[in-house]
Amino acid sequence: MTLPDDITVTDIDVLVIGGGTAGPMAAITAKEQNPNASVMLLEKANVKRSGAISMGMDGLNNAVVPGHSEPEDYVKEITIANDGIVLQKGVMAYAQGSFDMIQKLDQWGVYFQKDETGEYDMKKVHHLGTYVLPMPEGHNIKKILYRRLRRHRVTIENRYQAIRLLKDKDGSVSGCIALGTRDADIIVIRAKAVVMCTGAAGRIGLPASGYLFGTYENPSNCGDGHSMAYHAGAELTGLECYQINPLLKDYNGPACAYVTGPLGGYTANSQGDRFIECDYWSGQMMMEFYNELQGGKGPVFLKLDHLAEETIQEIEHVLHTNERPSRGRFHDGRGTDYRTSMVEMHISEIGFCAGHSASGVWVNEKGETTIPGLYGAGDMASIPHSYMLGAFVYGQICGENATQYALEREIPELDEAFILAERDRILAPLKRADGIPPSQFEYKVRRLVNDYLQPPKVTKKMDIGLARLKAMVDDIQHLYARDAHELLRANEAQHVFDCAQMAAVASMYRTESRWGLYHNYVDYPLTDNEKWFCHVQLFKDEHDEMSCKTKPIDPYVVELDEHEKNAYQQMRVQAV
Amino acid sequence: MPIASQISMVPVVVDDEKCIADKGCRTCIDVCPLDVLWINEDTGKAHMKYDECWYCMPCEADCPTDAVTVNIPYLLR
Repeated sequence: MTLPDDITVTDIDVLVIGGGTAGPMAAITAKEQNPNASVMLLEKANVKRSGAISMGMDGLNNAVVPGHSEPEDYVKEITIANDGIVLQKGVMAYAQGSFDMIQKLDQWGVYFQKDETGEYDMKKVHHLGTYVLPMPEGHNIKKILYRRLRRHRVTIENRYQAIRLLKDKDGSVSGCIALGTRDADIIVIRAKAVVMCTGAAGRIGLPASGYLFGTYENPSNCGDGHSMAYHAGAELTGLECYQINPLLKDYNGPACAYVTGPLGGYTANSQGDRFIECDYWSGQMMMEFYNELQGGKGPVFLKLDHLAEETIQEIEHVLHTNERPSRGRFHDGRGTDYRTSMVEMHISEIGFCAGHSASGVWVNEKGETTIPGLYGAGDMASIPHSYMLGAFVYGQICGENATQYALEREIPELDEAFILAERDRILAPLKRADGIPPSQFEYKVRRLVNDYLQPPKVTKKMDIGLARLKAMVDDIQHLYARDAHELLRANEAQHVFDCAQMAAVASMYRTESRWGLYHNYVDYPLTDNEKWFCHVQLFKDEHDEMSCKTKPIDPYVVELDEHEKNAYQQMRVQAV
Repeated sequence: MPIASQISMVPVVVDDEKCIADKGCRTCIDVCPLDVLWINEDTGKAHMKYDECWYCMPCEADCPTDAVTVNIPYLLR
């Protein structure tokens, strides 16, 4: 069998899917490792402005800088914040690469705040250690990455959505099939190694505003990678440990405690009182946030109105020019001034994001997924609390290892029957004369997620939610797209749909409560370390059903002291 | 399955006087992460074709003629 002319096949040594944060670093690293290797960066949007940091970033949330903390301290803090369920070797690999990456980025021209002696101006936001490094001029980071990509002659393919991974007869990854978002053309990238950097699954839940694209995450990060990995047979982990963040209400962007905290801002209840000890995002902190919202002392606010004028101006400069710069415009529209009023906050919709919590496609300390030749980095992969710097460090780790893997491999064979069947499946909504618009299908999935799968989690509710979702399987054959753009949305909606089911299945499997609000399971209110001190792996079983199994926690490389284990369980400010 | 088209007030506004898309500029269209800015076939200028905006602002920041304004979507205001 040969492929028809309308399917272009490109041969590449290392394919990187997703050009946001981890992806450019993986591609640059692959070229640094082997300048002769062909490296392609495939991006659904445009690499110049794609991903979570399209408008830059206001700080590093997890900088392990000598003199302030050691990698061992950081591994401990992240282990405690995640109630012990971590691959410590994976966190350690990040921590050990953290400072070198800061210096690399610094050399590339990324500006990090320094104090009067020229040292990095570290701030304490975490419960135990000091890991926050402000980047008040961090708006140009994508430009810096783009220059590097051009210098290393990475092949950039913009406006193609990767939809399914390809595998060879031996079960190793052999590339991907992708859809052109402008012309609905199908391409195949045959690759010896693939690095997935597709970002969070940020479109599972519906924001309180009801606006489908008013998500916390960049909505282009909709779980493409989670879905692709699942269908290819990879294991995902920790999906019951949702991402839920404290955000500016309706605007749905970060408040942002990491910027304002070191300058004296804090999260307050409606009486203006502090109620959490620490603004670092964790499930335990979110539990207290939720309790305050529900407990009669809400709404919850970001309180800055006690700060000096020059401090407010500094905050405004950082928050209104970086990461989510339309924040200032949002406040102006409502007449909200940090000087005179507290800013209403709320909790976000649920998502999967290793950057802030711990859920995603399973990867080890080498960035390897459970499929040979397939690597993962950034918000999509399972290294917990990795944030932007973790995406860069794991992008680099994956770039190195994928290049090595590709060197030792012949050009893989393509499964042509699979490709043809996928082409027909992907394009089907465009061939119909009418049907269900992607936006309606997606709205319904996400509304069901909010109604039945958000914490507090209840078995009966999740049963109903999953049943209602499964009833929508039949709707897929009626999805209708009028143009290439709607076809992109139709395919995204199916990935959102996969992720919603993953959230239900993983949550019902872990019959305990853990990680504060993230997995607050009302039927099983206690943490059960006897039975559940393990990872939960989700995968597609031999009957093509979504299944779970446990995976033991690897031996720790940094032991915790008994008194440290509960540090994140004491988030609430005690009455005086 | 019959379908209907509904109107929607979109957040991104392009000033046709300033926009130079008819001279070949594609900056805002290129940088939009959600690919919602397209050429208006009638005017040759850029416009927001789909109401799927993250109000993230690369279109406004990168426009060479300051023709683009990002408003907060109505449902969020």
